[in-house]
Amino acid sequence: MHLKKLSLVNFKNYEHAELNFSTGFNCFVGDNGGGKTNLLDAIYHLSFCKSFINPIDSQNIKHNTDFYIIQGNFELNEKKEQIHCGFKKGKKKQFQRNKKEYSRLADHIGLLPVVLVSPEDTMLIQEGSDLRRKFIDTIIAQFDRVYLDKLISYNRIISQRNALLKKFAEARSFDKDAIDVWDEQLVELGMVIHEKRVAFLHSFTPIFKKHFEFISQGKEEVSLEYRSQLAGENFKDVLAEAMAKDRIVQYSTAGIHRDDLICTLDEYPIKKLGSQGQRKSFVIALKLAQYDFLKSEKGYRPLLLLDDIFDKLDPSRVVQLMELVNGSDFGQIFITHTHEERLTAVLEGIDDVKIFQVGGGMVKDYSAKSITDDAT
Amino acid sequence: MNFSSKLLEDAVNEFARLPGVGKRSALRLVLHLLRQEEAQAVSLGESLIKMRKELSYCKSCFNISDTDICEICSDSSRDQNLICVVEDIRDVMAIENTQQFKGVYHVLGGIISPMNGIGPDDLNIDSLISKVNQGEINEVILALNTTLEGDTTNFFLFKKLKDANVEITTIARGIAVGDELEYVDDVTLGRCMINRTPYETVLAR
Repeated sequence: MHLKKLSLVNFKNYEHAELNFSTGFNCFVGDNGGGKTNLLDAIYHLSFCKSFINPIDSQNIKHNTDFYIIQGNFELNEKKEQIHCGFKKGKKKQFQRNKKEYSRLADHIGLLPVVLVSPEDTMLIQEGSDLRRKFIDTIIAQFDRVYLDKLISYNRIISQRNALLKKFAEARSFDKDAIDVWDEQLVELGMVIHEKRVAFLHSFTPIFKKHFEFISQGKEEVSLEYRSQLAGENFKDVLAEAMAKDRIVQYSTAGIHRDDLICTLDEYPIKKLGSQGQRKSFVIALKLAQYDFLKSEKGYRPLLLLDDIFDKLDPSRVVQLMELVNGSDFGQIFITHTHEERLTAVLEGIDDVKIFQVGGGMVKDYSAKSITDDAT
Repeated sequence: MNFSSKLLEDAVNEFARLPGVGKRSALRLVLHLLRQEEAQAVSLGESLIKMRKELSYCKSCFNISDTDICEICSDSSRDQNLICVVEDIRDVMAIENTQQFKGVYHVLGGIISPMNGIGPDDLNIDSLISKVNQGEINEVILALNTTLEGDTTNFFLFKKLKDANVEITTIARGIAVGDELEYVDDVTLGRCMINRTPYETVLAR
């Protein structure tokens, strides 16, 4: 799968832009605030039906105008796919595939998979465990619909159970039958979800390690440890053990909703001890492993969007990373960078590169020495 | 909103307390009643008072009824030993409309949902259990909504009744009649594949 052409009207700082892409590397270079990431955002938008920077559509319209249009011509399995996204202030967002309007945006998500690596990704290791669970859940749910269904039910039961625990505390009472009916369902769902997470990480971790090793040239040893209260235990016993505590704190303290992914570097938690560059390499490897999973699930290569990826990485890691993504595993790639010289240096020897100079809402197709933006 | 009359304001406030009715709609309804003949407004008021004061619940099935024992429960042509458990009167009406059920009902008056403050004690469960324990009942059909809370209530009832000598069944769930397979959601279709029905039983209908 690849994106052949992108056109924008009044999207963020672009009044009008048209870009024809290479099937290999596409680089956006320019100064801060020029609109490099906005181009990635437009591509992301065509895949996920929303912006990754600002989910409020009305704030993505260019100032002093009242609508935006993003249009992309993709090639998927040798067939042309034209995706059109239009938004006018106060109206419902229009999303069309080959001129046919989608009735539900959810039907589109997944057709044109995109993996984005952005500077915000380090939150994945810095912030709370919910982000890491979400990262795992999103990948599993992509190929296992039943998993998502069970997870939704599980979370609903937890909410009901917490409400029940609160009610017990308020009424200073306890009704074993009333809580058992939730617990028994919880146990069944929790065990299945736990098993699926274990199985997923079993196949995910080696891929992640392989990518990290390549980027860091084997200088550091990383690992992902799935930590769960259910590990080696019977969930029923775990729940029973936690009951006394649950009644005091009035919420459910045991279960797969407390799972975490411990990210370690040389056996120490990277959250506390990793340098910025190490953390960045770590999340890049996580994202690239996600890419691999998505690819094998879809049967075709997702687009890879790399936002400001060289920042904080040392030159040797940058070289390794470029060598990695230039390999046959990855398809079309979009990169943003501020330094053109540095970028051309790392791209040396790679064919199929197109460089776009971005600034002030205008794009110049630099490598082809032709001006594609009609505003210039 | 500023009213020129206290009486008007009171009436509007009362209407506005109803679900789905805002102040503006309430005012429209009140002004409408004011324009109609006096008898019509009085008849509305009286029927409301009568409904609230005199209406009662069937002592057997807890459905809304004008008499101690409702029409369905006192109908001798119906199978009194076949009980269909439902959430509220709307479900009774829906199942009655099918004309496919010749047993009696048991109205729970809700489903278990601690988030909405409803526990097993708030429902008509004990009376169902004592009914079953008398030993006359052959079958209990659980006909609750197919939500997580409905399933939980089913599960709770099953646990309470499983030791009694009674058959416990639940209504079939699956593809709606006239639906096309490609539009059925994955979860439902998956369950349909697991819980198949012998073709001969389909032919009989």
